[in-house]
Amino acid sequence: MTEYFFISVFAIVALIIIGALLALSTILGPRNPTPQKLIPYECGIIPTEEAKGRYPVRFATIAMLFIIFDIEVVFMYPWAVALDQLQLFGLIEMVAFIAILGVAYVYIWGRGGLEWD
Amino acid sequence: MEPILAPESIDLVSIAPVLVLTVFAMGVMVLDLFAGKSKTLLAFVSIVGLLMTAISAFAKVGLPVFSFNDSYTVDHLSVCFILIFTLSSALAILISIDYNDRENIKAGEFYSLVLFCTVGMIVLASSTDLIMIFLGIEIVSICLYVLAGIRRNHLKSNEAALKYFLLGAFATGFLLYGMALMYGATGTTNLISIADLIKSDGVKSEPLLMIGAVLLLIGFGFKVASVPFHMWAPDVYQGAPSPVTAFMAVGPKAAALVAFFRVFAETLPEISFFWETLLVTISILTMFIGNLGAIMQTNIKRLLAYSSVSHVGYILMAVLVKNTLGSASLIFYMVTYAFMIFGVFAIIIMLGRKGDENLEIEGYSGLGFKHPVIALCMTVFMLSLGGLPPLAGFVAKFYIFNAALQEGFLMLVIIAVLNSAISLYYYLKVIVYMYMKEPVREFQLSITPITLFVVALAIIGTIQLGIFPDPILSLAQQ
Repeated sequence: MTEYFFISVFAIVALIIIGALLALSTILGPRNPTPQKLIPYECGIIPTEEAKGRYPVRFATIAMLFIIFDIEVVFMYPWAVALDQLQLFGLIEMVAFIAILGVAYVYIWGRGGLEWD
Repeated sequence: MEPILAPESIDLVSIAPVLVLTVFAMGVMVLDLFAGKSKTLLAFVSIVGLLMTAISAFAKVGLPVFSFNDSYTVDHLSVCFILIFTLSSALAILISIDYNDRENIKAGEFYSLVLFCTVGMIVLASSTDLIMIFLGIEIVSICLYVLAGIRRNHLKSNEAALKYFLLGAFATGFLLYGMALMYGATGTTNLISIADLIKSDGVKSEPLLMIGAVLLLIGFGFKVASVPFHMWAPDVYQGAPSPVTAFMAVGPKAAALVAFFRVFAETLPEISFFWETLLVTISILTMFIGNLGAIMQTNIKRLLAYSSVSHVGYILMAVLVKNTLGSASLIFYMVTYAFMIFGVFAIIIMLGRKGDENLEIEGYSGLGFKHPVIALCMTVFMLSLGGLPPLAGFVAKFYIFNAALQEGFLMLVIIAVLNSAISLYYYLKVIVYMYMKEPVREFQLSITPITLFVVALAIIGTIQLGIFPDPILSLAQQ
């Protein structure tokens, strides 16, 4: 149980510090807002329009597809490094994995997921 | 360097049902591209796939078999549940063929999603590792989120999908947190090792283990829609397409209940002193809120949603029983429940109109005079759901109550019987509408051979299991 005690002391101290910093800056900090100061900060460039625009849902689809194939490659790195230990079994497993992704690729292609319009 | 996964523990035959069904699901997905407008072929291929899966469930002899470092188990419970899953998925696909035609659901993915969902259920029923359980639950849930919202232009369907997704993701967080704490307390995610550790070691009083178990209870409670985590059920059941609602009420729920049983009844019986009280409370609340909520409903799908909540209350008693009697009663209950629910939903789909209209109970007024056979079938299902002898629902309830009684849950059983009586009120309400009221409008039944076949099968199942429950009972008890 002593570990829990120390962790809880740590958590309480952390909370006190956060609370104190926030409270101090609110109480002591000067506040005189001007319209210029209230503009959202975008790397120093003056914003030209509202950021609430609507994007085509296509962006999301492409992003998802990208992630899927990205993960495929990420999986292949550790596999390639350990291939000498995994031997034939590892090779077969990876072929099965790529084949499954290949099916997904055929499906996406057939459904027109890769076309923009 | 030693390989982490010992090659001899990789036993592909033990996961044969998963492999077969995955191949079929992918096949259906690709076939959809070339199949053209008609999706009946896809449904047919899916049924064949499910049949093959059911056969491949018997690929392993000499049960129980542990593979993949004991994280995957083929035992009697998992085999029985694979059969229940394939049956319920096949029935769901059968009743969805005409429904999808009528509602203009052109997505062939419907069938492959049902199959993928079934893969997840099989994984869930066979896993004896927390990570595997998580994997199974996620496969099931993600498919269901999409299936619930598959009518893309239907507002209620969208609402159902979004609600289910948000709350489901939230509950998954609880589940995962519970698993992490349990790993923290025991140092392993394997259920068999956890059970051994608890038995031999002093982790019994470890607070992390208790907190983990409570969080798991919450996560599972959400997945099986037990009170107080049932709030999503009525809206999702109402908004989802009718075949998907039937599917959700049986397959995924059964899968979550098996995992529930495996984690609590099989792994944590040693520390049952603290979760037992919690689960008894949840069970009682689930029965009462489910039944009292159903009384108020005028929409048949909402009524069945609340009724399904109350049934979870009864089924949770099987988890409390904690031995083979519990698992046997769980199996038997889910078999009968599958027949009753798919029978009812087949009739609901027959009576429904385009746009998923005519779901008010009022629309059933006078059905008994116009279509006596259909009304009679509906009556049988309703009485069976209410638990009247000599129908299957009675035997299932009797069996589960009896098991609980033997374990000494006298008060719980009394409350359950009381609830069973309350539930008769709203089941009989449907029958009263069918036989004692004048029709409010013309019936437009879309009776097709396939839907009729499902109703007939469900009727046979409901009556057969009520009068001769022995074959299935002895199968469940092995």
